[in-house]
Amino acid sequence: MRIIAQGYPAYAFTGGVPWDATLPAVLLLHGAAMDHSAWQWQSRYLAHHGFAVIAPDLPGHGRSPGAPRETVEGLADWAADLLAALGRERAFVAGHSLGSLVALELAMRHPGRVSGLVLAGTSVPMPVGEAFLAAAKDDSPAAHAMQSIWGHARLSPLAASAVPGASLVNASRRLLERATSGVQHAGLAACNDWAPDPSRLDALAVPVTVIAGRYDQMTPPRAGEALAKRIPGARFVLVDAGHTMLSEAPREVLAAMRAAFAGAPA
Amino acid sequence: MEHSSPKSPHPDTLAVHAGQSPDPTTGARAVPIYQSAGFVLPDTDTAAALFNMEIPGHVYSRLSNPTVAVFEERMAALEGGAAALATASGQAALVLAVLTLMGKGGHVVASASLYGGSHNLLAYTLPRLGIETTFVPARDPGAWHEAIRPETRLLFGETVGNPSVDVLDVPTIGAIAREHGIAFLVDATVTTPYLGRALDMGAHLVMHSATKFLSGHGTVIGGVLVDGGRFDWDASGRYPTLAEPYEGFHGMVFTEESPVTAFALRARREGLRDFGACLAPMSAFQILQGIETLPLRMPRHVATTRAVAAFLAGHPAVERVHHPDVPTHPDHGLAKRLYPLGASAILSFEIAGGRDAGRKLIESLSLFSHLANIGDAKSLVIHPASTTHFRMDEQALAKAGIGAGTVRLSIGLEHPDDLLEDLSRALRASRK
Repeated sequence: MRIIAQGYPAYAFTGGVPWDATLPAVLLLHGAAMDHSAWQWQSRYLAHHGFAVIAPDLPGHGRSPGAPRETVEGLADWAADLLAALGRERAFVAGHSLGSLVALELAMRHPGRVSGLVLAGTSVPMPVGEAFLAAAKDDSPAAHAMQSIWGHARLSPLAASAVPGASLVNASRRLLERATSGVQHAGLAACNDWAPDPSRLDALAVPVTVIAGRYDQMTPPRAGEALAKRIPGARFVLVDAGHTMLSEAPREVLAAMRAAFAGAPA
Repeated sequence: MEHSSPKSPHPDTLAVHAGQSPDPTTGARAVPIYQSAGFVLPDTDTAAALFNMEIPGHVYSRLSNPTVAVFEERMAALEGGAAALATASGQAALVLAVLTLMGKGGHVVASASLYGGSHNLLAYTLPRLGIETTFVPARDPGAWHEAIRPETRLLFGETVGNPSVDVLDVPTIGAIAREHGIAFLVDATVTTPYLGRALDMGAHLVMHSATKFLSGHGTVIGGVLVDGGRFDWDASGRYPTLAEPYEGFHGMVFTEESPVTAFALRARREGLRDFGACLAPMSAFQILQGIETLPLRMPRHVATTRAVAAFLAGHPAVERVHHPDVPTHPDHGLAKRLYPLGASAILSFEIAGGRDAGRKLIESLSLFSHLANIGDAKSLVIHPASTTHFRMDEQALAKAGIGAGTVRLSIGLEHPDDLLEDLSRALRASRK
């Protein structure tokens, strides 16, 4: 589906079914230099189980043209405009990595737009190493290697994949290689630079679920747990996966999302 | 500024471990053989979600199986691909690749020096389905370029041709494929990922007959098709099977579902589902047993091949030896660049005295087994013109580099001295 957000066309995956404006909406936000397919094993299920799924490619990513946004705030405003363009007042919002920060900022900045939050592979703040940022700045293949290798459990290349026949590390690397110049760096820099006033978290008035990967090498589980403790009433779910838990533990992530979205007012 | 990548496991480690965790139920360290046709569906909702590709998992062993998946994931890891599919044979892998990318009206440009079975499929069988192939000399990039038509959907060649042992310039043909936005499939059976990774050289898809060096012991028939994940099916505009809604799966657009594994998704969801040429779990286990020692076996295969090539090159009963390690071979330089560890363990040679001398040689060998296979632990010999390539006419044989007196050897793991003695005795007999 194509939508005009902030005056620019954007692509969004609707989970393999036509967009149904009468169903409760779920907005799925991917991480740095990825695209909607990061949510392959959640979007299609939710779209076939009573939700109107909207999994956009962020500006400059995948099939969405334009320049990548450089800040989490800029992406949150873009996401709010996307929901407005769809005529949706509110949506459940799930974000992964960079997308989790955008989801959180969206809920704090535009509180009326968010019915509930799922934050996967998250940390506040989310510092990014200098070597990683420098490699991404130069569009170096090393930056793709860093994100795909550190982005999975350390033993992922040697272990059975949750997706039969797929090499999750290699598939993730191929997706990163498709990002155009500067896109990965913009996303990582946005993560690194985002420093919200901690007191803003207290004002969150929606149900929040934090999903952490036991073997996450980028946003360690203790960071997710600390964030969950910091947000009043937040649920914390630990899954056996690395940072890319959406494909490393797809069913467990989906179960946590279903629990988070079940029964909550849309 | 130099940026260093984090460390990844070495190929030797991947060959032993990739794709397998110790069995979570029993703790079994070896890959268990899940000899089960179906897998229990815990509830109707999960069943529907699995069938509709909403969640990943095993349903029925024609589509996927936990033992077979270990083989697939190990091959994806070894080749540097995004995903892989195991098939009943190498031939099944080639059919699966072709039919995933095209239907009636599609066109393939293929190297003229191909395994006879692949040539049969492309030259005689696929035209019945409306898929045509133009065969071009492997060494002539201009011919590849000129053979491309608007309806071309695939370029296809073997890393090292069987039996002529000519080396495909994968980077050059890969560049032609990129320029035209056409997928490039490489059959890497004789080189294996140990000697070279075709995806890193510019191929988009790689296939193997796993019957050969991967399994390594001549005990099993199997194949595998690896999706490199780099080809942009949307941008090409030539692949409606991947980039447009598929009626056979609720209007799924495979490139939307997953831009990097769109090919593998359709090949599994249509090809394995409908054509059904899946690999048996027991066969996957046997192939995996072979792959574990691939990095140990290949250097020995290659070293002995070099010794045999040198011996034959200096023998008065031999007119010519075809192997890229022989300095006079036209692909000697290319082979050194693409396959520095060696360019396969098959070689062919022209025996003085033609077909009759060839017959005497084959019948006089005792350690070499006379059979139609390659990549066994045992050394093998065959006369291609009368066996593996017998359907080809003289012109096609000549194009494939096969003469009436061409003898093909697949060098096994016996002691080199014993093989040389066997050859020496048989060559003497061929002159009587």
